[in-house]
Amino acid sequence: MGASTAIASPRQRGGSRTGKGASPGRPRRARDDRRAAWLFLAPALAGFALFYAYPTARGVYYSLTDYSLLNDPHFTGTENYRQLIGDDQFWNALKVTGYYVVLNIGSQMILALGLATLMHRLTRSVALRAMLLVPWLVPNVTVGLLWMWMLDANLGLVNHLLGAFGVGPTGFLTSPTWAMPTVAGINAWAYTGYTALLLYAGMLQIPRHLYESASLDGAGEWRMFTRITLPLLRPVLALVLVVSLIGSFQIFDTIAVTTKGGPVGATRVIYFYIYEQAFTYFHMGYASAVAVILALLLGVLTAVQMRLLRASRSDLA
Amino acid sequence: MRILHRRAAAALLCLAATSTFVSCGSSDEGSGGTTLDYWLWDDKQLPAYQECADAFHKANPDITVKITQTAWAQYWQNLTTQLTSGDAPDVWTNQSSYYPQFATSNQLLDLQPLIERDKVDLSAYQDGLADVWAKDGKRYGLPKDWDTMALVYNTTMLEKQGLKKAELDKLTWNPSDGGTLERAIARSTLDTKGRNGLDPDFDRKHIKVYGFLPEWADGSQGQNGWGDLAAANGFRYLDKNPWGTHYKYDDPKLAETIAWFKHLIDKGYAPRFDKQSTVANSELLSAGKGAIMVTGSWTISTFTDPKVKEKLAFAPLPVGPAGRKSAINGLADSVWAGTKHQEQSWKWVKYLGSADCQNRVAAHAVVFPALKSATRKALAAHEAKGHDVGVFTDVTAAKETFPLPVTEHGTEINPLVQDAVQSVVLGQATPQKALKDANDKVNALFK
Repeated sequence: MGASTAIASPRQRGGSRTGKGASPGRPRRARDDRRAAWLFLAPALAGFALFYAYPTARGVYYSLTDYSLLNDPHFTGTENYRQLIGDDQFWNALKVTGYYVVLNIGSQMILALGLATLMHRLTRSVALRAMLLVPWLVPNVTVGLLWMWMLDANLGLVNHLLGAFGVGPTGFLTSPTWAMPTVAGINAWAYTGYTALLLYAGMLQIPRHLYESASLDGAGEWRMFTRITLPLLRPVLALVLVVSLIGSFQIFDTIAVTTKGGPVGATRVIYFYIYEQAFTYFHMGYASAVAVILALLLGVLTAVQMRLLRASRSDLA
Repeated sequence: MRILHRRAAAALLCLAATSTFVSCGSSDEGSGGTTLDYWLWDDKQLPAYQECADAFHKANPDITVKITQTAWAQYWQNLTTQLTSGDAPDVWTNQSSYYPQFATSNQLLDLQPLIERDKVDLSAYQDGLADVWAKDGKRYGLPKDWDTMALVYNTTMLEKQGLKKAELDKLTWNPSDGGTLERAIARSTLDTKGRNGLDPDFDRKHIKVYGFLPEWADGSQGQNGWGDLAAANGFRYLDKNPWGTHYKYDDPKLAETIAWFKHLIDKGYAPRFDKQSTVANSELLSAGKGAIMVTGSWTISTFTDPKVKEKLAFAPLPVGPAGRKSAINGLADSVWAGTKHQEQSWKWVKYLGSADCQNRVAAHAVVFPALKSATRKALAAHEAKGHDVGVFTDVTAAKETFPLPVTEHGTEINPLVQDAVQSVVLGQATPQKALKDANDKVNALFK
């Protein structure tokens, strides 16, 4: 993408400058630049060290202890990790999180792509774009509570409407089969509009004349979508995918509000499991170990995604 | 992000300046008075305890009590966070399954020496309430209230089915045929065509009103249903209480009880677990979607609220093979071991447990205060409002109560047993197997 070239070019220029090294004034100016740069970076770096690096290091340390929040931590080596391997609740948490990510990302991406294409090809209405953003602007806890009431098996609007068609009540959030698809659906509802807008913005970068000449050549909408829109959208698509994938792994609030990990662990996702271990059972050490594993997993996933991102540089460039 | 930075700057400023002039976030004021932080979770009880706090301040003008009410769902997490940061409330409302972890991590002040010094009479409290808070000669709380369990039912619906109050006051139960309780539940279940559960044409797949609304998110104790009936069937949770170290969830008497609940679902008398409402059972009962459920005395005001359209009344729990058994649970006030105002905090706790404060609480008719004398006053206050809630006090008089288990690892045991019970009513596992597996996991925590 454009961003990577923008970062790369000044460094190359600087490199060639010091490489020449002819003028005596220049190296000093370069050092001055560096000092100023460090000065400007200092607040951000201090913040990063204090709020990111230090807690991360501490978290890794806690994962090697029996820390309980209320007692002092004692070093226990890799005990937490050994326990983790035999913990079926941990594996279940990974499994249901994976299931959620597939359901959520799958439905959200397809819907968002559809919406964005419709907007791009049919209308440029600002009002419509604003409306699409509304669900995304509602706080997650409110979203969870709203849907919990609407989907209730006894008093909910959705089951009432389904009942009119002779469909018996469904425990959308209380049945182990339905709970996770329902949670994924709720979040897809909340985020599809936002994702669609991102993709729509990407589509606006595609030159119009491509579509014009394609339609002159007799190409239909579907052909234009698969041959023009999709290939040229690839970099944006990849970026959106990375961001939503990581966000999707962090699913917590909707579950904390609606199912609390139930029924029988069907929605006890990894973040909820960490939360329970840390703040309900006070196993801060163990919770940290799970968090470290999750961080590693997300790191690997992101690395793979970033490679994909770089590999698919826009065909427009 | 910007807020974080600003906060960091403020924190750094405080660090740098505390030694000189700036005071950061301390609750004390300079005028010689003390402000005590007091926490509770029940919003319905807040007015009663605010009245106590005002009266206490009047009698002790140098001590002000600041009450913070936090909903149950966040209460313990907030408390733990505050304890970790070393800024906990001086005094807080404590619960029997949550306090052991605070006691073992030395967060609670031992009240025993103070009780002896000031000669507080523990026998004035309802029997057994004070014992829950003692361990190895130390005492971590002074009783403030108690609660027992009973049935609550829709009088209009049950009368329509010919069920009279006299019958409901003498219900029996056993796990094999469900006794007269199951017959009452069957009679009050109605399908969409208006036939009750005893009708040969009863359609168990299309239900309008469920005869019984069981509680399945009930932790490891089943206080709101299965625990009381299992105890009536002769089940004991563990080897000794409080401070037992071996649980007995593999007892066949518990398995039979859970199997009976599953049978209610299969018959169509209770909602299927996977089709149940996410709304609380009390809401469903109040909305006329169910006829009978088990409830605790702390919820009385939910059902006697004039806004509830359905006519509801209370009945005692049924008599089982081992008699009638109601869980009894008491709350207490505890003092934080790290408080800077130990003497003032104890003074407040002593006042909370005294007749003066407990009589004020009684007059609000929300909970039953721990003092026997104040309990009678609360009952009278309920009667004055026209509410018959004697079933909750009768069980204590008749000694038909059992204390809920108090052990280490309480919060860890909750989901293990709850998941096992839920997997049975979902039909995923047999009660014997699920409860045996859960029991093994529970007892492994004590090794």
